[in-house]
Amino acid sequence: MPVEVRLPTVLRPHAAGSSAVEAQGATIGEVLGDLTAHFPGMAGQVLTSDGSLHRFVNVYVNDDDVRYLDKLDTKVSDHDVVSILPAVAGGAG
Amino acid sequence: MLRLPHPAWLDMIAHCLAGLPEEACGLLAGDPATDGAVERCYPTTNVAHSARLYVVEPRDHLRADRDADSRGLQIMGVFHSHTHTDAYPSPTDVAQAPDPAWHYVLVSLRHDVPVVRSYRILDGKIHEEQVVLEDG
Repeated sequence: MPVEVRLPTVLRPHAAGSSAVEAQGATIGEVLGDLTAHFPGMAGQVLTSDGSLHRFVNVYVNDDDVRYLDKLDTKVSDHDVVSILPAVAGGAG
Repeated sequence: MLRLPHPAWLDMIAHCLAGLPEEACGLLAGDPATDGAVERCYPTTNVAHSARLYVVEPRDHLRADRDADSRGLQIMGVFHSHTHTDAYPSPTDVAQAPDPAWHYVLVSLRHDVPVVRSYRILDGKIHEEQVVLEDG
């Protein structure tokens, strides 16, 4: 089933500038797999080479960060909104 | 150039001072059609709770992003404080800069008077930009 995936500005150039696209899947892993299959330019920025969630992005289902749910196994259903945002960090070090 | 209205500047400085002794952080939003003009400042929690690191609380980021979107704005940058060093991006800041379109604002609290400077970070290279304070 399709869900809406909201994209951060840094990923929009890979989707012809769209701020939101549709992707298919019953879990976050499937949705991100479908997303990166359609927009291969995003692949390395969203998932690592071993298929796990990249540490430089945060992914949400509605209001919840999937790292605190079931990560890539988090279930999604119709009308859910998946949001991807950059993980923002740094500091004096 | 970063154009910063006075209320957003005050919110940013106040949040950085309130966060001491830890680093404080937040997000800046503006109209995507007017590059570099900040319209709102969103203070966020530093989940690292550290004087040397910051991590924007992910749900604060989501809330800020949605609020900005509902106003026709877009997150266009991030600010954070350096509590004991100058307002210049550290190697950590450069390595973790997520978006070349963003403005990276540093607030140094090293001296009595806070120092605000802004940068663009493109391909790991730091470019300082002018900060203009405006009446808001």
